[in-house]
Amino acid sequence: MLFSGIKSRPLYATLQPDPFARFNLVLVQGEGVNAAVRLLECAGDQFRMRTTILYAGAAQAADRMRSFQIQRMQFLPTIETLLVRVDGFLATAMMGTRLYTAGTEGFMGQVIQHAGNYFIDHKSIITEHCGSLARRIQCIHCRGATENVTTNVVRCSHCGVDLLVRDHYSRRLAAFMAVSADAEAPGTLPAIEKIFR
Amino acid sequence: MSDGREISVRVSDITVVAKDIKRFRLQPISGALPLFSAGSHIVVSIFADDRRIRNPYSLTSVGDPSGYDISVLKTANSRGGSVFMHERVTKGTELVISQPVNLFPINLSGRKHILLAGGIGITPFITMAHQLASLNQPFQLHYGSRSKERGAYAESLKEAFPDRVFLYRDDEGTFIPIDALLRNQPLGTHLYVCGPEGMINAFLKAGLAAGWPKESLHAERFIAPSSGKPFSVKLVRSGRTIKVDEHQSILEAVEDAGVKAPYLCRGGACGQCETDVVSCDGEIVHSDNYLDPDVRKSGSKIMICVSRLNGFELALNL
Repeated sequence: MLFSGIKSRPLYATLQPDPFARFNLVLVQGEGVNAAVRLLECAGDQFRMRTTILYAGAAQAADRMRSFQIQRMQFLPTIETLLVRVDGFLATAMMGTRLYTAGTEGFMGQVIQHAGNYFIDHKSIITEHCGSLARRIQCIHCRGATENVTTNVVRCSHCGVDLLVRDHYSRRLAAFMAVSADAEAPGTLPAIEKIFR
Repeated sequence: MSDGREISVRVSDITVVAKDIKRFRLQPISGALPLFSAGSHIVVSIFADDRRIRNPYSLTSVGDPSGYDISVLKTANSRGGSVFMHERVTKGTELVISQPVNLFPINLSGRKHILLAGGIGITPFITMAHQLASLNQPFQLHYGSRSKERGAYAESLKEAFPDRVFLYRDDEGTFIPIDALLRNQPLGTHLYVCGPEGMINAFLKAGLAAGWPKESLHAERFIAPSSGKPFSVKLVRSGRTIKVDEHQSILEAVEDAGVKAPYLCRGGACGQCETDVVSCDGEIVHSDNYLDPDVRKSGSKIMICVSRLNGFELALNL
């Protein structure tokens, strides 16, 4: 499902250090640690001295990042608190700041959405998808967002409509669009499958 | 544009705006001209002797939409288009132009805009500066020229935006302080460069070296088709073989033969005229700024508006 041919569907690469960046802000969530560790392994000391890592996830998993000489590393309990911390960095940041993000799509989508508030072009953010393919969706009927959706059909956590999850993605909302699954024939739903593992 | 309607215009006024630079006012022969966005250019067809030369020129008119202004630098060692414009075009001359095209738009999602001009590269920035000012967007224009007499529009721009226009002159030993400009700019700053090839390359490189992402660095460069030894081109789909002269581009030769090929900028920038190479018996001399190095190396594509062959025959999928 990662490559559906719908153009709005984001594609991700692998984290690569930009040797010229003056300041690197690496935003990591959950299994994104694996990507961050690979980034730090292939980056030189100079890069690591100019790097701050913000991490949301299990403290244990982060031990592997500690062994590198990072300028600064912070652990945040949730994605929301991490994003508040990101605000603190970006509000006064200068050109030459590079953003890297690794984790689930829902997380990276929110990072990219947030960075847009600070005029950062989404194409300049270096991303790597790690972990679950679970989706953050927006119900197009009530506009409510539902996190961690793993099935093709899901009940909206806000208005209760049964929704079909699409590949159509909104960068502005950091969510996949979900539309009523039984609008044509109320009560008749397609077979429910767990496809975003 | 290859599929767009061409527009017939008449030169209504010619003004010398600097040494070797003339401004031409173009009025439509019938109807009204399309509106255009800041940074747009048109392609002017110049019928010089037996040849049709098409040159891109940025639109420099601000305010009065009844005509277009272009500003042309006379360059001696080129294919003759600008010399023709300077020496043969007079008030009343009729010309054919393309629809306006914008390959150098302002990134309006930015927070601040730094415009860097070298010489005649000032032309796209005239409309851009006015648009940014009218949108109340922070910007600076840094404009370097060889001397005062060559700095077209320097005074009028300085007068219009005294706090935002900065002038530099080679003969006074002042130069655009690129490294200082790249330091301490707020996140969301965009940089735009237009000028001589060497300046564009140096400034873009300095931008990357200062840690700016390539998405924030913009340049416009139009390249004149290079001259070289004549060669022939086999048009595989049309079943024709044509000759490309010394001072002709492949695209011009193709058009002269009555074959339609796609194009937009005619300056090696936009990618519209990318053509598949079927075979070639020599070395392709790539002059564009569009193809990736890998593609160039593979020899599978050519930008026919500016590039040519160092050899005898090139077969193209046209």
